[in-house]
Amino acid sequence: MTLTNTAGPAAIKADYTAMVQRKRLYSGALLIVFVALLAAGFNLADRRNAGGFWDGLHKILDFPAELLGEAIGKAPALPGHLLYYFPAMLETINIAAVSTLIGALIAIVLSLLSTRGLARWPRLIPLFRRMMDIMRALPEIVIALVLIFILGGGPIPAMIAIAFHTAGALGKLFSEVNENADLKPVEGLASVGASWLQRMWLGVLPQVMPNYLSYALLRFEINVRASAILGFVGAGGIGAELRVAISWGAGRYDAAAAIFLLLFLTIVAIDQVSSHYRNRLVKGR
Amino acid sequence: MAILEAGLDLPARKAAADRIFARKRLFSIGVPALIMIYLAYVIFAFDVPGIAARAKMENARILLADTYSYQTHVERDNRRAGIKVAIEGESKGTYAAGKWPDWVRQEGEATVIDLGGDHVVRFDPDAVRYDVPGYGLLTIVQRQDGVSLEAPYGPLPDWINASDTRVALATSAGRLTVTRTRAEVFRYSVGWELFWFTLDSPFYGKSPGELFAMAISSDQVRPGQSNLSAMASDFWNNAMWRHGDVAWAMFETVLMAFLGTMGAAIAAFPLAFLSARRFAPGLAVRFGVRRIFDFLRGVDGLNWTIVLSRAFGPGPLTGSLAMVLTDTGTFGKLFSEALENVDEKQVEGVRSTGANALQRSRFGVVPQVAPVILSQVLYYLESNTRSATVIGAIVGGGIGLLLTQAIQTQKDWEEVSYYIVLTLLMVMMMDVLSGWLRRKLIGGSSASTSAP
Repeated sequence: MTLTNTAGPAAIKADYTAMVQRKRLYSGALLIVFVALLAAGFNLADRRNAGGFWDGLHKILDFPAELLGEAIGKAPALPGHLLYYFPAMLETINIAAVSTLIGALIAIVLSLLSTRGLARWPRLIPLFRRMMDIMRALPEIVIALVLIFILGGGPIPAMIAIAFHTAGALGKLFSEVNENADLKPVEGLASVGASWLQRMWLGVLPQVMPNYLSYALLRFEINVRASAILGFVGAGGIGAELRVAISWGAGRYDAAAAIFLLLFLTIVAIDQVSSHYRNRLVKGR
Repeated sequence: MAILEAGLDLPARKAAADRIFARKRLFSIGVPALIMIYLAYVIFAFDVPGIAARAKMENARILLADTYSYQTHVERDNRRAGIKVAIEGESKGTYAAGKWPDWVRQEGEATVIDLGGDHVVRFDPDAVRYDVPGYGLLTIVQRQDGVSLEAPYGPLPDWINASDTRVALATSAGRLTVTRTRAEVFRYSVGWELFWFTLDSPFYGKSPGELFAMAISSDQVRPGQSNLSAMASDFWNNAMWRHGDVAWAMFETVLMAFLGTMGAAIAAFPLAFLSARRFAPGLAVRFGVRRIFDFLRGVDGLNWTIVLSRAFGPGPLTGSLAMVLTDTGTFGKLFSEALENVDEKQVEGVRSTGANALQRSRFGVVPQVAPVILSQVLYYLESNTRSATVIGAIVGGGIGLLLTQAIQTQKDWEEVSYYIVLTLLMVMMMDVLSGWLRRKLIGGSSASTSAP
């Protein structure tokens, strides 16, 4: 800051205007660079795409209209389709639920082992942190595709893949929660000779559980979407059914429309329920 | 609390305390029990016991072996003259005649292949001979109507698989397959073959020291091109590993994530004002915009990808537009939450200077929400890099496509591991970059995000 008490009001004003102008110049330059990057990126993506953006724009509603038209035309068949695809949807939800559960359990252990003040082996904290970084960074599809090669198709590769990623992602969030945990109960338990497991179980977990649950619910929402996508690339569940239904082509789109509807309703329902409970957990109402 | 409500009566207080403990005990047994029951249900629903039968452990072995080793094929085909020596049996990995690796020798009419560890295979004009240490000499004669095997006396060991038309055997040193017309030896070597330069490059097989010497010498390997640039171009255009294409694919993935995240943020920001309780022009507008956000998020990236690829065809643009749509819903919700938590005092202060609504937003609201929004956007930039890998596999763009292709061919596992390592590095770099930008732009305390 160049503002000093000794300078007169005129000098202060001149200084201030100069500062504002400099700041505006910087923000303006930054904005121009950002817009240029965005435009260049868009053009590049447009050129590398099979169909151009402007050619496709007016066709954007064709497919949804076709789907909707067929779905309405065959409206009586819709409940049957919904019923038929429900088990596949359930499988997708189960994949998400189990992988969230297993991932969260692994994440709890990893996060406790990598939080300063709580870790069982403080010197290994960096090791567990790097482990979580790698688990988090690895996209689910990578593990899923490799496991499909070994284990064959079906829900298990997707489950393992999502659980692996979830463990890393939740582990990081959990360890942030752990850092805010009050250490007094832990010290108290330590003073009466509690083991590490007892200290964590009785001293830390009761404090952090609401936050854990809230993050785990959010993860569950994300994992439902992820397990639908993984189904589309080869694992089981509703994604696989969607891929098949779409490949049938025009005239049989009523099944695809039913799957779209089922997915949409499920995701919206899970979002609503989870956000309701998350609010209750975090805000305590 | 129930204990206090019970008053000073000691037995009543004790009973109340016991009830609390009983409830807690029930809870601490009930919840794990429920989890166990659910897991047991899933074990049967997913047919976990059947996985042992379906799993192909052979595939796992191939995958692991291929990640750190490669095979070189030495092939004699009686219908063609000469011997073909090729890495992974691919034409782009074929050694030129006379430039074979030193473990393949021509001795008169015979070809001698030294598999290492005293394992030697000879392609003689009349037969294929393999002297297996600790077992004996195998002689395989190729005839018009099939093959015949002469082995040491006794039953054949299980690593030899012989029929009238085909003899195949695998030892610790390599594999040999002989049919009526063809004899083929696979020799395993550790490493990623031809990773830097392919066989046709003048730089193939040179040590780092030699390469360095070549790079600084003015003696041009290719006239008119400096050695360093020739090296770079040979590496970049490596036909086996396609480093150039891989780099492009990674860039494409990052581009998809960048366009998707920023596009969504730009679209969501004004809409968030319309859906925040404080700024919405009316209840109907607020309700409508919120339902739009819910719809965009509910349809989800997968379905947007499918719908959009019908209109725009496969490619990175489709992927990023799908991300724009989904994330507009997510950002809209997050941004409007941030807007609703704005401190009214600053807006009040700006209003007292006679500012109009737009100015109040610009100077009273935006400075407050900018750090939160920026931090959320940067977080999603990293998360979307991962999503772009998956979406790329569906729309056919970026590293996701290369990865799925490499996995589907089921033989180039070394390339798969290469892509996995690169993807990992890419996501981690985006993580570091977004964290750095967050610290740089917001400074010190990053606003907490509830983002995934």
